[in-house]
Amino acid sequence: MAAPTPLLKDELDIVIPTIRNLDFLEMWRPFFQPYHLIIVQDGDPSKTIKVPQGFDYELYNRNDINRILGPKANCISFKDSACRCFGYMVSKKKYIYTIDDDCFVATNPSGQQINALEQHIKNLLCPSTPFFFNTLYEPYREGADFVRGYPFSLREGVPTAVSHGLWLNIPDYDAPTQLVKPLERNTRYVDAIMTIPKGTLFPMCGMNLAFDRDLIGPAMYFGLMGDGQPIGRYDDMWAGWCCKVICDHLGLGIKTGLPYIYHSKASNPFVNLRKEYKGIFWQEDIIPFFQSIVLPKEATTVQKCYLVLAKQVKEKLSKIDPYFDKLADAMVTWIEAWDELNPAGASLANGKK
Amino acid sequence: MRTKPPPSLLSLTIDSAVLNLSDISDLSSIPDHILLDLFLRILRAGKLTEKVLRLFIATGKDEVISLVEALNIRHVLTPVLPTIQGVLKNSEMSQAVINDNEVDIVIGALHADLTTFMNEWKPIFSRFHLIIVKDPDLKEELQIPEGFRADVYSKADIERVVGSSSSIRFSGYSCRYFGFLISRKKYVVCIDDDCVPAKDNAGYLVDAVAQHVSNLQTPATPFFFNTLYDPFRKGADFVRGYPFSLREGVNCAVSCGLWLNMADLDAPTQALKPRQKNVRYVDAVLTVPARALLPMSGINVAFNREAIGPAIGPALRLTGEGKLRWETVEDIWCGMCVKVICDHLGLGVKTGLPYVWRTERGDAVQSLKKEWEGVKLMEDVVPFFQSLKLPQSATTAEVCMVEIAKAVKEQLGKAHPVFSQAAETMVEWVKLWKTVASG
Repeated sequence: MAAPTPLLKDELDIVIPTIRNLDFLEMWRPFFQPYHLIIVQDGDPSKTIKVPQGFDYELYNRNDINRILGPKANCISFKDSACRCFGYMVSKKKYIYTIDDDCFVATNPSGQQINALEQHIKNLLCPSTPFFFNTLYEPYREGADFVRGYPFSLREGVPTAVSHGLWLNIPDYDAPTQLVKPLERNTRYVDAIMTIPKGTLFPMCGMNLAFDRDLIGPAMYFGLMGDGQPIGRYDDMWAGWCCKVICDHLGLGIKTGLPYIYHSKASNPFVNLRKEYKGIFWQEDIIPFFQSIVLPKEATTVQKCYLVLAKQVKEKLSKIDPYFDKLADAMVTWIEAWDELNPAGASLANGKK
Repeated sequence: MRTKPPPSLLSLTIDSAVLNLSDISDLSSIPDHILLDLFLRILRAGKLTEKVLRLFIATGKDEVISLVEALNIRHVLTPVLPTIQGVLKNSEMSQAVINDNEVDIVIGALHADLTTFMNEWKPIFSRFHLIIVKDPDLKEELQIPEGFRADVYSKADIERVVGSSSSIRFSGYSCRYFGFLISRKKYVVCIDDDCVPAKDNAGYLVDAVAQHVSNLQTPATPFFFNTLYDPFRKGADFVRGYPFSLREGVNCAVSCGLWLNMADLDAPTQALKPRQKNVRYVDAVLTVPARALLPMSGINVAFNREAIGPAIGPALRLTGEGKLRWETVEDIWCGMCVKVICDHLGLGVKTGLPYVWRTERGDAVQSLKKEWEGVKLMEDVVPFFQSLKLPQSATTAEVCMVEIAKAVKEQLGKAHPVFSQAAETMVEWVKLWKTVASG
């Protein structure tokens, strides 16, 4: 029988961006109450966001972000859930779980409520296997193992930096797909967790995401989105591509699959289209850019890798749009702010032990 | 927040009845209106079998009989399907049009008595042409039941086609490669003779052939990982952030299936966990990303022969190779070649569904007593294939195979004599393919 998953309640922060309210927390109470919450309030700072009773939390609105970061605050997006990455920066814990305020507890096919946080912790605490694909998916799961032909030398795995969860009900589609299939719902519960192979990029969704802050935190910058920016709904995508490239370079793993949450709110596809529009074209250049990036051997920490990335973004992507020039600068500002707020972390050789 | 009203107790009961149909032997006490509702839900769930139909007709209720007539449901040999056009889409498989003439099912017979095996697969295999290749080392006559369109090949046939001087030994599990060689169909599905059809989570029998063909007929997406797995499956799609230029996908050349009950584990793992069974049905098909290698098990696999045929050949034969899967790595080696070639030629490899049910056989601990050559060899095999680069000029599977054979001889040949032999076998296989298979 597998050992019970540790709660890690003093080692994990839950980061929630919100602009409306936090009513959804009531449903998560049995699972979230032991943990410290970091609420990042987007939009009008004069509005009061009520946090349900009994939760231990710190809340930051735009005034707080400006106060804490000063001139560096311009790297944190406004009027976009990308602002959540401020929560990653100010956290003092090893692990982060971030979830959207329209995500609820899902049930598995047996009808049991899914403790998403517990599954994420399981995923993060057990190794990843990015160098060779295991056809039975996560080999460390109870009832599974490495299949015949899987080299023994690769069976120890590498540390897991990111656990990417999925969503039942409203799937995370882009605007054009939403417009074509407004009624499609994700009802398929795929009982698997798997490591995304080295060298393969993926679209990282920030709705139900956990990561090891010590291993990959500085790479989880969600970019410049929202108010005053030409693009939206690419914050988590951008962070995902940066993280994957860096994880591949540092020998860390990223998992995807379980746990599922129940995504209840379908955002307006027309509004989404306007936000994503430029991204749809830009990503055709962005993807080859990330696919061909080679990080130098000397980049042995996440910050160093990230700064190399920022430089490359400036050199190679600026010609697509001046936005990327701004983004590259913001990426550098982010690292500076991160190192300021997390002084000991800067010298940690991430990943390589 | 959810605003749908919760289902009524009656509705839940009827749903439960649909799921537990196999336990019901008599419907006569059920009130008429519930009976009709049950019948319609069974139709919608695609669970109307011969047995269930008889149960309903046995009630003698007029409404049921008139409904059966109105829907034009007839007693047919399995499978039973209502003939309403299109409306009752009970399975994703009904969307894939499988042309019987495009599929060969190749069975490597390592056991003489195939009766149980063939009968279990009958509902699924009976419409297709079967190529049964008897392991040349098997002394007994094969026992094959009636009711199949099967061609059986034994040692004499192999020698006649291949020539007795060939260095390729089509024995043990490698006998199935002979089947691939002589097949003339576009798709080949190959299942080990110790596997029977599995049931999915809802209790339906899995049509492994239909799923494999469906996998091969829909595009693969190796250049970017889709977090909702196969985007072409009903109810799924590409997720936000998936580049549009990559959404057309590429041809799928290989479909790797999985196994319930006895998973394909190596001897040390199986010996360590003698009671472990694979009970997890993972409802997904996904493309294995480009440049990612995988152990391609030969137990339950299908491929597009026209696209990749020459790449699926015998090569690595262990010195102590036996008649149990964990005493071989021939399929694993083959899979390495295939994946490298597919990546090079821009073809896809999928893994996941369908599942088959693999029965228990052999003693892992006994197998451990033999040297686990295969396990040790993989340590050299994997780094070799991971660093292998094929030249731009290699534009066909045949040329790719020859290039790989060259590299194997140069780089792995000195490590172990089985590798030099593998290289030679690969070259000979390609020659054989050119004369026999393309003719």
